Amino acid sequence: MNRKVVFEQKLLPYLLLAPQLVVTVVFFFWPAGQAVWFAFLRQDAFGIRTTFVGLENFQDLFADPLYLETVRNTVVFCTGVTLIALSLALVLAVLADRQIRGAGLYRTLLIWPYAIAPAIAAVLWIFLFHPQVGLFGRALNDAGIPFDYKLNGNQAMLVVILAAAWKQVSYNFIFFLAGLQSIPKSVLEAAAIDGARPVRRFWTITFPLLSPTTFFLVVVNLVYAFFETFGVIDALTRGGPAKATETLIYRAYVDGRINLDLGMSSAQSVVLMIVVIALTMIQFRFIERRVHY
Amino acid sequence: MATLELSGIRKSFGPVGVLHGVDLSVADGEMIVIVGASGCGKSTLLRIVAGLETPSTGRVRIAGRDVTALEPADRDIAMVFQNYALYPHMSVAQNMGYGLKIRGLPRAEIDRRVREAAELLALGPLLDRRPRQLSGGQRQRVAMGRAIVREPKLFLFDEPLSNLDAKLRVQMRAEIRRLQRRLGVTSLFVTHDQVEAMTLGDRLVVMHQGHAAQVATPMEIFERPADTYVAGFIGSPAMNFLAGTLVEGGHAVALQAGPVLRFADGPRPGPEEMPLTIGIRPEHLRPDPGGLPLALDLVEPLGSETVLHGRLPDGEALVVKLSGPGPREGVLPVSLPPAALHVFAAEGGKRLDPVA
Repeated sequence: MNRKVVFEQKLLPYLLLAPQLVVTVVFFFWPAGQAVWFAFLRQDAFGIRTTFVGLENFQDLFADPLYLETVRNTVVFCTGVTLIALSLALVLAVLADRQIRGAGLYRTLLIWPYAIAPAIAAVLWIFLFHPQVGLFGRALNDAGIPFDYKLNGNQAMLVVILAAAWKQVSYNFIFFLAGLQSIPKSVLEAAAIDGARPVRRFWTITFPLLSPTTFFLVVVNLVYAFFETFGVIDALTRGGPAKATETLIYRAYVDGRINLDLGMSSAQSVVLMIVVIALTMIQFRFIERRVHY
Repeated sequence: MATLELSGIRKSFGPVGVLHGVDLSVADGEMIVIVGASGCGKSTLLRIVAGLETPSTGRVRIAGRDVTALEPADRDIAMVFQNYALYPHMSVAQNMGYGLKIRGLPRAEIDRRVREAAELLALGPLLDRRPRQLSGGQRQRVAMGRAIVREPKLFLFDEPLSNLDAKLRVQMRAEIRRLQRRLGVTSLFVTHDQVEAMTLGDRLVVMHQGHAAQVATPMEIFERPADTYVAGFIGSPAMNFLAGTLVEGGHAVALQAGPVLRFADGPRPGPEEMPLTIGIRPEHLRPDPGGLPLALDLVEPLGSETVLHGRLPDGEALVVKLSGPGPREGVLPVSLPPAALHVFAAEGGKRLDPVA
């Protein structure tokens, strides 16, 4: 299988690689390098003077109680999104795996949310949860439960978690369904004959056999919750109320774009970069080895 | 250990009928082999006994108890699957102990039974391995072990040997038979392989298009097949069939190929000139200078025997098996010993026995 192609000229292989390399350098390494560089600089408010400050940005960052609060928010948010998106998708996949009539339609409907832009998804959730015009928002308030995610931080967190998770359910669903369908039927039948009831069968056979899929999805969902939920949060709460839904990625945007503190924003970006590198390494290192059977 | 009784089992998937009324009664400790070509409904029948399918009509009784409406879990049976269906994420010991753990047996008891079964099957050193680290034959044994430790009322085998290579298959076949005798557990064994069927079964059920064409001991099926399907299915090379008509008041057959042969065992019932199918096994045909000329078109020397394919003057194909070497080509005159003839009605293919 290991067939090597030997090029006669030295230039051609580089030319063939060039388009890919150019795209990576221009759109990834260059901005990433700039972010790393900015993380060690401090600019005045008008962008006239720039000073090299070493690690001072990072020191300020980790000394900032608000930043630590953002870290806490992010952990809550990511855990919530991952848990809800995974468990809901698993339940739906198990149901879809069993259902026979209309399965195609059911699956198609479940996959739709994935094709919806984050901002539009957020608007849908506004229509559901807005305290004055939202379907559930009004119902809750009419029922005597005070609900206003624009004022109550916990409620706001709940709404952004639901909205972000809802978008990811489709993706997880596809993978779980494929995973379920790759489990040999005879193994489940053997378990049934061995005396295991459906619930027991699920937890002792199906769930362990799905673990490679589950592990893969946990990492993908964490990455999604960390880095790809900006749109949902921005459209729903803009990080509010009182920064209650401000995650790391949102704060980096606020500090850099709104407050124009490029040094701090870059320092945060570097922290996020380290997180994503760590997550990717976990994924590559463990996905083949740890979860095996 | 128990009896098994099937009465009037019918099954259809939508408009497609798979089983058309199967009755079977299995004695305690008996090994029944269900044999038939693919699509004859044999696996479906086994799955109905297991409870993995429900019959459209009919009853299943195990040890006298009607289990038709029960889940597989409540039937106290064990099954060995064609692809073994081992739990890939569990060790060999866990695979075998799974059913016992679910039944809530104490750890020590599970350990003891797993060890016993492992010893019986020579799996001792493999108890901590995962299924994917095992060879086909070892997996097969683990699947057997998983069935044995449960000490069930009934063993069900769904073509368990068909994924093994030829040598291992012969070995496992003997092992299964020995084990089944030793444990004395009532067993149903499904296969499409007639050699497996003949060697394993106390009795065979030959399935054909959703019916049990014949239920009898292997030798009975070989010597007195109930119809042309069974006759052609059991025996290798397959039985020859020649067209003929009933003559001489039922005492003889006039073969389309020419000769008139008198039955050795008495007259057959039926009107004069009734169309018959005459069966004769390839090994029963004799080379005879005064016999029918068989124009050979293929000779298969197998060492200890030779299989000759040819055509009779009227165009009917005939296969002859000779012990030892035979002619390479040309024309071989053969005769049909009347004692070896099987007589079937041409219409419906049922066996015609002599009137007493």
